[in-house]
Amino acid sequence: MELRVKLVAIAATIGLLLVVLELVRRRRLLERYALLWLFSALALLALAVWSDLLEQIAETIGVFYPPSALFLIAFGFVLVLLLHFSIAVSKLSDQTKVLAQRLAMLEERQQHADDDAEPLAGVLERTAGE
Amino acid sequence: MEPTNHNLAVVPAYNEAETVSDVIRSLHEGAPGFDVLVIDDGSTDRTSTIAREAGARVLRHPFNLGIGGAVQSGFVFALENGYQRMVQVDGDGQHVAGEIRRLEETMRADPAIDMVCGSRFLTDSGYPAPISRRTGIHIFAFLLSRIVGQRVSDPTSGFRLYNRRAIAVFARDYPHDYPEVEAVLMVHHHRLRMREVPVTMLERGGGVSSIRSGKSAYYMIKVLLAIFVGLARKRPNVEPGDDAPVAAAQGL
Repeated sequence: MELRVKLVAIAATIGLLLVVLELVRRRRLLERYALLWLFSALALLALAVWSDLLEQIAETIGVFYPPSALFLIAFGFVLVLLLHFSIAVSKLSDQTKVLAQRLAMLEERQQHADDDAEPLAGVLERTAGE
Repeated sequence: MEPTNHNLAVVPAYNEAETVSDVIRSLHEGAPGFDVLVIDDGSTDRTSTIAREAGARVLRHPFNLGIGGAVQSGFVFALENGYQRMVQVDGDGQHVAGEIRRLEETMRADPAIDMVCGSRFLTDSGYPAPISRRTGIHIFAFLLSRIVGQRVSDPTSGFRLYNRRAIAVFARDYPHDYPEVEAVLMVHHHRLRMREVPVTMLERGGGVSSIRSGKSAYYMIKVLLAIFVGLARKRPNVEPGDDAPVAAAQGL
């Protein structure tokens, strides 16, 4: 692999790695979601540094230009990440639905309790005034 | 609180301020044995205030969940408050309250039936629907009839009476977006029994249908996907004792 491409790939993956670590450090990114990112960045970094392996992989899957194989693998990671987030969003929207339903149920019960308590409160006030 | 009746009428309503009080009044007159519960699914108008003034109990969602989430709230409410039967009536005045009696009679005649659906297509009731909508309904009807091995003429009808068993199933798990068609499949998978009775449906009194014409194609494809993916599921629904009511609880 040509040195320039290799350097750019290494710089880019190290940059990604640092950004993810920094986000976790500032608690802007939960570890749960950072893990996949970290794993992707590390795998890409390893392939960028260890270009022999990348060239071997490229040859095996029939890609003539090894950096293209790097893109292909990176694209694979991105797809997995996106799928992961779609699943996370599905789960969140389902949980949000359950929360909204429980909230509606609680509010109705509260309203009902208030309506029942109102006449009683009036009686109490009157007896207190006497 | 103990319910006054054993029967609950659930009216999902989203921005139906114009019609909801008429619907509640007609339910009080036409179906006096039913407590009325309006599910205000995140309306931005006065739907819930008007419904409360008209004498209904109201569940108010903090934001719009869609028809599936709204009706499911009704199932959960019915289950937790000990109702034996629940009828679902649209908030737009499409369904005739007096016809609830026909659904009830069918269920009373055969206690093995868990869900009774009002169908527009069993008799020539002259339901005013555009041809595209009717074609879509008939395609679903054809597919579902083959799958469940029983004639289903109007799978998109939202005019339905459920017994306690069906209430318990749907309180746990009810489809999200366009639930009626999938609910027929769930009834089949849970080995519940359903029957259809002919009813008349009126034109909508106001508001906007949840199925707009531009969205029909999207709706068709989505429900078809739900039907076929549902068929391929090993265990299509959450059973009692399963981990959570959250369908997508498992991550990657």
